[in-house]
Amino acid sequence: MKRIISVLMENAPGALSRIVGVFSQRGYNVDSLCVSTTDDDSLSRLTIATQGDDKVIEQIIKQMNKLIDVLKVTELTDSPHVERELMLVKVVANNEASRNDVMRTVDIFRAKILDVSAVNYTIELTGNVDKLDAFLVTLKHSATILESARTGACGLARGEKALTP
Amino acid sequence: MMSGAAMVVQTLNDLGVKHVFGYPGGAVLDIYDALFAQDEVEHVLVRHEQAAAHMADGYARSTGITGTVLVTSGPGATNTITGIATAYMDSIPMVVLSGQVPSQHIGEDAFQETDMVGCSRPIVKHSFLVKRAVDIPKAIAQAYYIANTGRPGPVVVDLPKDIVNVAEEHPYEFPTDVTLRSYNPVLKGHNKQIGKAVKSIQAAKRPVLYVGGGAITAEAQGKVTELAELLHCPVTCTLMGLGAFSGVHPQFVGMLGMHGTVEANKTMHNADCIVALGARFDDRVTNNVEKFCPYADIIHVDIDPASISKTVKAHIPVVGSVDTVVQQILEALAGSDFSEQKAKLADWWKQIEGWRSQQCLSFEQPSEVIKPQKVIEALYKHTNGEAFVSSDVGQHQMFAALYYPFAKPRQWINSGGLGTMGFGLPAAMGVQFAHPEATSVVVTGDGSIQMNIQELSTCLQYNLPIKIITLNNRALGMVRQWQDMIYQGRHSSSYMDSMPDFIKLVEAYGHIGIKVDKLEELDDAMERCFAEKNRLVFMDIAVDQNEHVYPMQIKYGAMDEMRLSKTERT
Ligand SMILES: Cc1ncc(C[n+]2csc(CCOP(=O)(O)OP(=O)(O)O)c2C)c(N)n1
Ligand SMILES: [Mg+2]
Repeated sequence: MKRIISVLMENAPGALSRIVGVFSQRGYNVDSLCVSTTDDDSLSRLTIATQGDDKVIEQIIKQMNKLIDVLKVTELTDSPHVERELMLVKVVANNEASRNDVMRTVDIFRAKILDVSAVNYTIELTGNVDKLDAFLVTLKHSATILESARTGACGLARGEKALTP
Repeated sequence: MMSGAAMVVQTLNDLGVKHVFGYPGGAVLDIYDALFAQDEVEHVLVRHEQAAAHMADGYARSTGITGTVLVTSGPGATNTITGIATAYMDSIPMVVLSGQVPSQHIGEDAFQETDMVGCSRPIVKHSFLVKRAVDIPKAIAQAYYIANTGRPGPVVVDLPKDIVNVAEEHPYEFPTDVTLRSYNPVLKGHNKQIGKAVKSIQAAKRPVLYVGGGAITAEAQGKVTELAELLHCPVTCTLMGLGAFSGVHPQFVGMLGMHGTVEANKTMHNADCIVALGARFDDRVTNNVEKFCPYADIIHVDIDPASISKTVKAHIPVVGSVDTVVQQILEALAGSDFSEQKAKLADWWKQIEGWRSQQCLSFEQPSEVIKPQKVIEALYKHTNGEAFVSSDVGQHQMFAALYYPFAKPRQWINSGGLGTMGFGLPAAMGVQFAHPEATSVVVTGDGSIQMNIQELSTCLQYNLPIKIITLNNRALGMVRQWQDMIYQGRHSSSYMDSMPDFIKLVEAYGHIGIKVDKLEELDDAMERCFAEKNRLVFMDIAVDQNEHVYPMQIKYGAMDEMRLSKTERT
């Protein structure tokens, strides 16, 4: 089962490698990892997408909490939360037909074209993970994808709940 | 104003560090120079950095005081890895100060550069790469704070050479506050959980206390004994917990687990309430977790939440220090009437006495060959059961654990979690530094002793009157036992073809060697050994090569399914 875990930690050297270590050392899988400093630049916020049953997730959370640099860990999966991911995709669109098709798909998904060349479009799309997946599937019908990059899910709980130091 | 190197030493001094176990090299020469200039902090020069870590470890295990290691960059640092991992697995407080190449060369594959923070990451509680000289006092002070609070563990402080340069001076300030906002170990158990635990304990008809190393860390022996006596219940200790409850107490049913006693493992298996105190349901204890203790309500007290329900699901988890939580339980039980407790547990004890009467540790001592068990019994007698006993890893370790009942915590020093051969001698040296007047014994094997034998030289330099009891079976006995049991006796690389003459070897190192190969010489030889108060004595005792350690749990079975000898099982 897909799980989303959110972590608040010190923005300290080596902190991220310790987080990654929890997964690699104990044989857990990371599907995606989204990390950056927060509004307070002494802190980093991570969103980790992983798989596992309750027992595995409980261990992951406990092991992350055990790291000295980690302030708070919470699982977002089952509680009301918002989740977004950003994707950039570069497609080959070198004839009229495919260019039109791509434009139509971009419109339907409310994506944005960031860069245009004679033979390429580079597209930006934000949404939840499923929307991004669906966009890629649709896009593949009308154009060849040259490359793509995704940030991985980034999430926050809804309402007043917050991870604060 | 002082140099970074002087700050390192000054900080150690301000923290009350008395001994540093280490070995010099290019990246730490400035620190060694600063050590030379003072005599508050004593440096102990080892012969191999792995041993420095084990010495600091033995020092810590026997006192509760954080052990300190100082090594150079590159090979010096990587040589400590096994020692750090050993301490990590057993939650031993240790600080390793490692030299590092100058900051500007980090990442250039400079001479003797290794990423020590990276190498040690999976086996440390935390680590610091210090970037500025002025940060040295705080980093080191925080390292000690982290190492010896909560669930203790090793902490690495990596010190680039440029920041300890003796030619540059900086203001020194010893930090007044070392707390971290992200690190707040919980000591006190949650009241609701204490309430549940107490209810379960009161309802129990077949309770048992299962006591681990956490009870020793928390100095909880007094409280644990009080609780055990109040409940009049049986107590078992893990390999790491031996001594946390007296091994000679009538309520003690012995060590549990893979080589536990019949009575300990049966008591666990049949219990209706298990109170785990600072133990972690290790696979060497539980055997098959699917079949683990089917009738019990499991109360798991541990300072590390991640230890709870990791392998065996706890019905009542209590996060906190063993000492504090047991005190809370005692307070909650204060009003209850325990006058009927003995009567209530009479049936339980009758069952336990039945298991005890099987005398699973009895053995026959023929006249022609010395049984290893016999040696440990003799050791117990000749040390009045009062020695610090450090052990290596193998059959001899299990014999020591089973046949030398430890009455006090911190008396038994062994690598339980990692099972590190080569641990024993340096650990016993650390013990001797911490307790100069005490008897510090190593129980070792012909294989293990050769893994850090170079430290005999350090023993001479510092005049350490350690007593080394080598159960020489001319084999990697524990490996051989498994080969006998699982591989139809194919002894693939488990024998030693060219054993050194240990007596000549220890004499070459300047110590006394005593060889024993006849049973009738054993007592006299031990007598002579322990009469040498000021010298290191190495006893090379030939023991039965074919002996196995029993009882032994049967793989995939429940806790209480055991082999009792080469031919019998439960
Ligand atoms: C560093 C290390 N390498 C290998 C092992 C695996 N091992 C466990 S016990 C053992 C044999 C130990 O032999 P010895 O010290 O002679 O003790 P004995 O079992 O014969 O009493 C070995 C090789 C280990 N525990 N540690
Ligand atoms: Mg041997």
